[in-house]
Amino acid sequence: MTLPFSWIRPEPQGIYIAPADIWVDPSRAVPRALVTHGHADHARGGHGITIATPATLAIMELRYQTRAGAVTAAYGETISLGGGVTATFLPAGHVLGSAQILLEHAGERVIITGDYKRAPDPTATPFAVTPCDILITEATFGLPVFTHPPIAEEIGKLLAAREANPDSCILVGAYALGKAQRVIAELRAAGHSDTIWLHGAMEAMCRLYEDHGVALGDLRLVSDAPSKEAMRGAIVMAPPSALGDSWSRRLPDPITAMASGWMRVRARARQRGVELPLIISDHADWNELTRTITEVNPQETWITHGREEALLRWCELNQRRARALALVGYEDEDD
Amino acid sequence: MEEFAALLDALVYTTSRNRKLALIAAYLREAPDPDRGWALAALTDGLDFPAVKSSTIRSLMMERVDPVLWALSRDFVGDTAETASLLWPEPEASAPQGNLPLAEVVERLAALTRATAPKEMPGLLDRLDARGRYALIKLATGGMRVGVSARLAKTAFAMAFEVAVEEVEEYWHALAPPYPQLFAWAADGGPPPDLAHAPRFRPFMLAHPLEDGEVDLKDYAAEWKWDGIRVQLVRAGGETRIYSRSGDDISATFPELRGALPIDAVLDGELLVRGSAQGGEAGGAASFNALQQRLGRKTVSGTMLKEYPAFVRLYDVLLLAGEDWRDQPWKLRRATLEGLMPQLPASHFDLSQLVEAEDFAALARIRDGARDDAIEGLMLKHRDSPYVAGRKVALWYKWKRDPLLIDCVLMYATRGSGKRSSFYSDYTFGCWNGDPDANGLGGAELLPVGKAYSGFTDEELKAIDRFVRQNTVGKFGPVREVARALVFEVAFDSVHTSKRHKSGLAMRFPRIHRIRWDKPAHEADRIEGLRALIKD
Repeated sequence: MTLPFSWIRPEPQGIYIAPADIWVDPSRAVPRALVTHGHADHARGGHGITIATPATLAIMELRYQTRAGAVTAAYGETISLGGGVTATFLPAGHVLGSAQILLEHAGERVIITGDYKRAPDPTATPFAVTPCDILITEATFGLPVFTHPPIAEEIGKLLAAREANPDSCILVGAYALGKAQRVIAELRAAGHSDTIWLHGAMEAMCRLYEDHGVALGDLRLVSDAPSKEAMRGAIVMAPPSALGDSWSRRLPDPITAMASGWMRVRARARQRGVELPLIISDHADWNELTRTITEVNPQETWITHGREEALLRWCELNQRRARALALVGYEDEDD
Repeated sequence: MEEFAALLDALVYTTSRNRKLALIAAYLREAPDPDRGWALAALTDGLDFPAVKSSTIRSLMMERVDPVLWALSRDFVGDTAETASLLWPEPEASAPQGNLPLAEVVERLAALTRATAPKEMPGLLDRLDARGRYALIKLATGGMRVGVSARLAKTAFAMAFEVAVEEVEEYWHALAPPYPQLFAWAADGGPPPDLAHAPRFRPFMLAHPLEDGEVDLKDYAAEWKWDGIRVQLVRAGGETRIYSRSGDDISATFPELRGALPIDAVLDGELLVRGSAQGGEAGGAASFNALQQRLGRKTVSGTMLKEYPAFVRLYDVLLLAGEDWRDQPWKLRRATLEGLMPQLPASHFDLSQLVEAEDFAALARIRDGARDDAIEGLMLKHRDSPYVAGRKVALWYKWKRDPLLIDCVLMYATRGSGKRSSFYSDYTFGCWNGDPDANGLGGAELLPVGKAYSGFTDEELKAIDRFVRQNTVGKFGPVREVARALVFEVAFDSVHTSKRHKSGLAMRFPRIHRIRWDKPAHEADRIEGLRALIKD
């Protein structure tokens, strides 16, 4: 007789499911992997077999040339992993194709949320609340100071800044996968139909989103701009790393904006030289994290990455069993 | 309060001076009276609410938030006011809504006592959103830290209402917040404030640098350029105030001077502390380093007053006994000042002596041979010059001594702001501690000795920026650590001991003099070489 949940093991390089010999979001190449979404800290090239949603696989093909061994799992589809383990990919609402993974073995249900959010996003399928015994949750913004305002407010700030500075351009730093497309789609939803200029590193991902049915309107590359003048009064999107880069010198008096949940904290914005902080995150904020734990109502919550201390404290205050995975890992070794 | 909170937030994130000016000006034009007057006072640290402390806020939070979650949050955010503004529980819908005028906030904060503050603050916080709560707590506990000097605020005020900044400067400090007369005059076209008997600030007369030319000493008088802070002493209506060059009222920092002026006057001079580095043993002044111990303090301990007693070395007289001398030629003002000296207590005042020389060449020799290294150089003042605001060509010159030079190695670079925001334009450099030639580079370490962000051309900036990007060995937020390979010849005015830096040294006015692309890093100077130049 095995101990409950001993079939799922958090290891430093990912979560390992022993009976099926398969990893979830492993940080190095493995023979068999389940991947929640396409961000680089979760998805990597070089696995023998990669099981993920069709959109995630398309992103991985673009980024890591993952082609051989790709196995698609549509949202809601249950696949057998062998060893009596099944996996069901459920929408996580984080980015295009992002999934939670429900793992079932011997009547025990474990959900790995991957990265997720609960706020609406026109570019991602909404998070599906699903009952389980153990919820393995992220905690990137696991501090009560992190509450993300409604995105319409932040988009309003961006459009107002553009209006007020017709001789400048607004340079928005945003992740090339997910954040950029979400901001563009929200701008379109707010009625902004002008050309949006892109840093070259964003183009391919924007095209991929469009191929998956996300309309992004008129997009052009900064490198194709006929002159600096053409970009006055415009919105320019670039990956955060390009904000202080010499690349930005080709822009007309840029006002530096950044779309990130960290922008909630003034010092974080100032540190990066951000003049227009936009609190836009694809991760659950504190209220979403705690609400999700309450709604899913698992017997136990495991916290993978982020500010796990505060979320642990919240679980303690609310009489919920919880563990930070680093601690679980150490305990396993001691046992 | 909403508009003020929005302004404060925008200022927090704006590094460009021009954008700051535009933001403040727009606010001043649009906000109602007396809110805008209070905002102006708040931005320039002109308000103080002693009843509310950071600890008041912390205890309010302890009653509402789990202490562990508070501590984790405070630790991450790094600022009590901001953490509290984010963690304050959003009020139930029953709380009174509607905009809360800044004037009402100020009035209620001013009426608080230590005992009533914990009861009254929640009611105010409940009426605001997170941004408003941040503004309220910053307002109540002091320390806006949004980089707005009095000078910047005055310039913005002048911009907002298209009035002369000199006039704004003259009226500003004579009036109390929320400055109703100032707004009535500038915004509503009313008469200028009647300030005949107020201790108000007059804009300083400034000097151009004397680059290569010479002046005729028949027309120009020379005096030492002392290394303290330029101040204006004003006594009127029974009150004495001390203003800094930016027009900030620094009277509270130098209480010993407030009662020292026995007559109504406006005097221009250099504020110094007693010592022997400038102007000799008897009645001399200490180096700027000693004066720095006294700067920026709102309250001054008795020990400070005793260890670093301040006095003013007088340059000029602007007003005396109700008479305005500013239109008179310098030589008459000087004679008046000399005649005034016997009436002033020698404990707190002396006269900046003129430097006599036969001709310009002789003066140059005196300048170069000045035994007091802390003296910055010479001032050359046209004998017929009136006292006029700002820098006017050919009236006053500053003739600085040639700078000291040392070769340093670039260690860290930080991105600039505004136009320079994509360039690594602020440099921290070091000198060798130990002998870099002893056994390769391993035998010595570099200790940072200073920072500079000027002295190079735009072309050179581009080249250094390229060097920084190509030689980065570490990144810490906006700071890059670079390989120790680039030598700067750094010019500086003087060097002093300092507890603030690991090297124990602090340079005055360091700037990049030359970029020594040709010089290997191990040939840069050693820390002992710099230390030998200390003249504290």
